[in-house]
Amino acid sequence: MSESGTVAVEDVRRVAELANLELTTEEESRMLRDLNAILGHVSQLSELDTSAIVPMAQVSDVIGDGQTTTVLRPDEVRPSLSRESVMVCAPETDGSFFKVPKVIER
Amino acid sequence: MTVETAETKSLSIGDIRSAIESGSRNAVAVTEGCFHQIEARDPQIHAYLSTNRDRALEQAARIDDLAAKGEALPVLAGVPVGIKDVLTIEGLPATAGSKILEGYRAPYTATAVTKLEAAGAIVLGKLNCDEFAMGSSNENSAYGPVHNPHALDRVPGGSSGGSAAAVAAGMAVATLGTDTGGSIRQPASFCGVVGILPTYGRVSRYGLIAFASSLDRIGPFTTSVRDAATVLGVIAGHDPLDATSSPLPVPDYTADLDKGVSGLKLGVPSEYFAEGLDPEVRAAIERNIEQLRAAGATIEPISLPHTRYAIPTYYLIATAEASANLARFDGVRYGFRAKDSDTLSAMYRRSRDLGFGAEVKRRIMLGTYALSAGYYDAYYKKAQQVRRLLAEDFLKAFTKVDAILTPTAPTPAFKLGEKVDDPVSMYLADIYTVTASLAGICGLSVPCGKSQEGLPIGLQILGKHFDEATTLRVAQTVETLQQ
Repeated sequence: MSESGTVAVEDVRRVAELANLELTTEEESRMLRDLNAILGHVSQLSELDTSAIVPMAQVSDVIGDGQTTTVLRPDEVRPSLSRESVMVCAPETDGSFFKVPKVIER
Repeated sequence: MTVETAETKSLSIGDIRSAIESGSRNAVAVTEGCFHQIEARDPQIHAYLSTNRDRALEQAARIDDLAAKGEALPVLAGVPVGIKDVLTIEGLPATAGSKILEGYRAPYTATAVTKLEAAGAIVLGKLNCDEFAMGSSNENSAYGPVHNPHALDRVPGGSSGGSAAAVAAGMAVATLGTDTGGSIRQPASFCGVVGILPTYGRVSRYGLIAFASSLDRIGPFTTSVRDAATVLGVIAGHDPLDATSSPLPVPDYTADLDKGVSGLKLGVPSEYFAEGLDPEVRAAIERNIEQLRAAGATIEPISLPHTRYAIPTYYLIATAEASANLARFDGVRYGFRAKDSDTLSAMYRRSRDLGFGAEVKRRIMLGTYALSAGYYDAYYKKAQQVRRLLAEDFLKAFTKVDAILTPTAPTPAFKLGEKVDDPVSMYLADIYTVTASLAGICGLSVPCGKSQEGLPIGLQILGKHFDEATTLRVAQTVETLQQ
């Protein structure tokens, strides 16, 4: 954090790049305002001392034995969707592969 | 063939099945009745994003064939249902309320829908919602908002606004919605219907377009508690296609509905009756609590001390998970692709910029920020630690009480446009619902009164992990007390 819970327009640009978003100048300034408002609200979490608390990533972390929700299945080969049914959803395809703009510059 | 119209609204699941069984109605007529109601009311309400009459009538005709042959009818035989458009059905659109999935047709069907159809339900169409289920008013749908059937200038709640409004307006007998931070319970409250948040893991998420995977749940909307219990019993259960779905057996959720509340201990957390609660909502909830006491329940004041931290915790965890889940929308495999980009990177960025709406971008940005180098510990890890404190509040409370009573939302339905420019104020609409989402416990909203303006008010009943039966039993009592 540059200041307690405030982001600058450079932060907005950096995060947009990480998120593969291209924001217009107008979107940038609105995002700056909204993120700062939300982070201002979020900053109250710092009131709590959580140094001894184990993070909870999943609901199964707090459910007792016998009720666990995470179940591993046997690692077996099973039928999946056909290539045809998947490729028909693609914006651009040659039938076997997804086609995208050039990746490697020469 | 008689065509039924608004009459469908008062039909229960049991009525429909026994009428088809006895031959006094047929499933095709019930289905046509719902389509007539959709034609009459949906131009004003806008609950449906797509309907599929031919497919629905084929399903209905199959039920009528079974009945004509005198064969046993499945539990949801001939029941017209609508499905929130974040759940996939093979061959049908699944927009998730987003432009980025415009034109997409899903190659597979969500398990919850497969189970409904196997139980004889008739799928009428796909229901409007906030984009990727992100919102509390349905105003974030890329296809336009849903209007509350009780007052067309008001929101239906969100994100499952279409699912709640369709049931409230008799345009389906039951619907499926999804709830990540309140998206079933809050619209159920605003539209005056029953909506269930099942325990995390109770209903398979296979075929649900993911928003926040550790929070997302699928549940039913109906006009009565009994119907909601029936639909929950159909969609619940283990699914090998969702590793987080529970192997615990599914009880008959209708079995204990009429047992009453005598002997039950019901907790009332002081934190849910603090500043910001609308006086009319407070009065309705307090009146219902007194009626439950008179009906034999023991009412216990309790404390859930970390409640005030729930909204910030939720908005960090949900957005972090969303930023990861929504990375898959990149214009390569499905959905919208921006034209004429020279490079792959430009194509990703432009497709996402044009395809996502403002709220989705805001949440992707917040989530990416919370997960980024240097901020992970301060935001994401911190939120996961507070999530455990919030869950432990409930686990402690449930050693003393069987279920917890709170308002579902701080106010009745607000006006369209009222909160769109203020994200924090919109997020606070979820203040009473996000806690159960984070803890993974079950809950529901049941209608418990109306404001002076005639707007519905919902009572939220929260239960222990996998104890939906107790919440339904209390809800049935509340429903009976309204009559």
